[in-house]
Amino acid sequence: MANSFGTLKTSLQDGVFTITLNRPDVLNVCNEQMGSELSAALKTAQREKTARCVVLTGAGRAFCAGQDLRELDELQSAGDRGEKFSFGPLLRARYNPLAVRLRTFEKPVVAAVNGIAAGAGAGLAFAADLRICARSAAFKMAFVDLGLVPDTGATLTLVQHVGYARAAELCLLGEKLSAEEALGYGLVNRVVADEELQSVTDQIAGRLASWPPRAIALTKRALNQAWTAGLEEQLEYEAFLQTTAGRTADHREAVRAFLEKRKPKFQGK
Amino acid sequence: MSEPIVSEKQERIGLVRINRPDKLNAVDLETMDRLVTAMEHFDRDPEVRCMLLTGDERAFGAGVDITEMADASMAEMYYRNQFARWDQLWAVQKPIVAAVSGYAIGGGCELVMSCDIIIASETARFGQPETGIGVIPGAGGTQRVTRAIGKARAMDLILTGRMITAQEALEAGLVSRVVPLENYYDEALGVCRELAKRPPLALRLAKEAILRAHAGSLRDGLDYERKLFYTLFATDDQKEGMRAFIEKRPPVYVGR
Repeated sequence: MANSFGTLKTSLQDGVFTITLNRPDVLNVCNEQMGSELSAALKTAQREKTARCVVLTGAGRAFCAGQDLRELDELQSAGDRGEKFSFGPLLRARYNPLAVRLRTFEKPVVAAVNGIAAGAGAGLAFAADLRICARSAAFKMAFVDLGLVPDTGATLTLVQHVGYARAAELCLLGEKLSAEEALGYGLVNRVVADEELQSVTDQIAGRLASWPPRAIALTKRALNQAWTAGLEEQLEYEAFLQTTAGRTADHREAVRAFLEKRKPKFQGK
Repeated sequence: MSEPIVSEKQERIGLVRINRPDKLNAVDLETMDRLVTAMEHFDRDPEVRCMLLTGDERAFGAGVDITEMADASMAEMYYRNQFARWDQLWAVQKPIVAAVSGYAIGGGCELVMSCDIIIASETARFGQPETGIGVIPGAGGTQRVTRAIGKARAMDLILTGRMITAQEALEAGLVSRVVPLENYYDEALGVCRELAKRPPLALRLAKEAILRAHAGSLRDGLDYERKLFYTLFATDDQKEGMRAFIEKRPPVYVGR
């Protein structure tokens, strides 16, 4: 598939749409071009009918070390000369939509964390559905040391993943968290040897891509409500979603296959 | 050539669908006229118990078609008096259920507020952006939005022209229920089926009494409600309804 992006690469194979952040010389830090290209890549992944799962990863040593500080310095200096730079519009234009898109994406998103995920890069990883970590990878809430507040949804997603106590420790102390520690915190789903990251990710992504897509999409929606709904409300929501899932051909096929003791053949509808 | 309004009687429900997808279901004079005609027709049909108004998934109604009026003079607008047709919509006595998905903006939002039970998809978006094109809401928006959500939020919505989500609309009291996209139409249809089973005169007078609540003083409203209550004792359905309740059995309504 044609790749016209400058800061990332995309590929589609066997139903898995892979987005590789590609500014390895600068640890894949995010600038305006990467922000808009990442958004565009996700839109393509959404529209592409054969894409059933998205993998987000980084080229080189790092996953993503967050906001490009050189770009930030340029914006702020220009701001000092003219119209003052403000973070609000930057977050609203670049990082907020990415966090929302990743979380509400109808297809499953797997972050293959190949190296350091810091700042907004950590936020992007937290917004994914699953995190597969290389052993040498690490997470750093690099905000407090910059006199900033965690963004890209991390103040919510991190708390959801690890609870207040550990989220506070990570955000207020700003220390690096190793892959193993992250596994212990429940922040990531797997930690594998660096050289095995690709194959394990392929395996998991392939599995996700093989399941009935409607079931995956509706399950994500239900899980995303878990934090705001009470039991009664969530049960009601499940009833609606199950009504829809139950109407799919894939569901009927799955039941039939089970009763006939054979493998189901899913059609994706 | 496809009809801008598609209407159909199904069971005891009058289905009315806005069908102008390339205009995001914006209504022009012709479409509004057909919509109201369909509603009046169902209102008169003794077999119909309630109506369902809807657009499509992408839009319920993205306003009133402004190409028709953009160059009109004040005199022309007075003579045309396009909003008068809406009075007949507001005079419909049977309950109207709205199934709303996507954009319900401007005239589309005012159409929603002309209905009684509003079932909104999670994807529904509401707004009154008319001030952005140099006018104000003209089909009841300034009055109904304010009555529904209060001055502060009505000012925010109408003066800034911003859109609100289905969840915000639910919290503001503009819609009755919010359900997932895949379920909103069936949910609305389900409500219609429920209404169709209930005694029609009770529903009609309940609607009338509720609409009175904003029309005058509380005392007037209470007096009106009371009179309507006593009026229903001349109906067979009241006798049957209460007797069935006392006898612990399901009622069988006849619609008189």
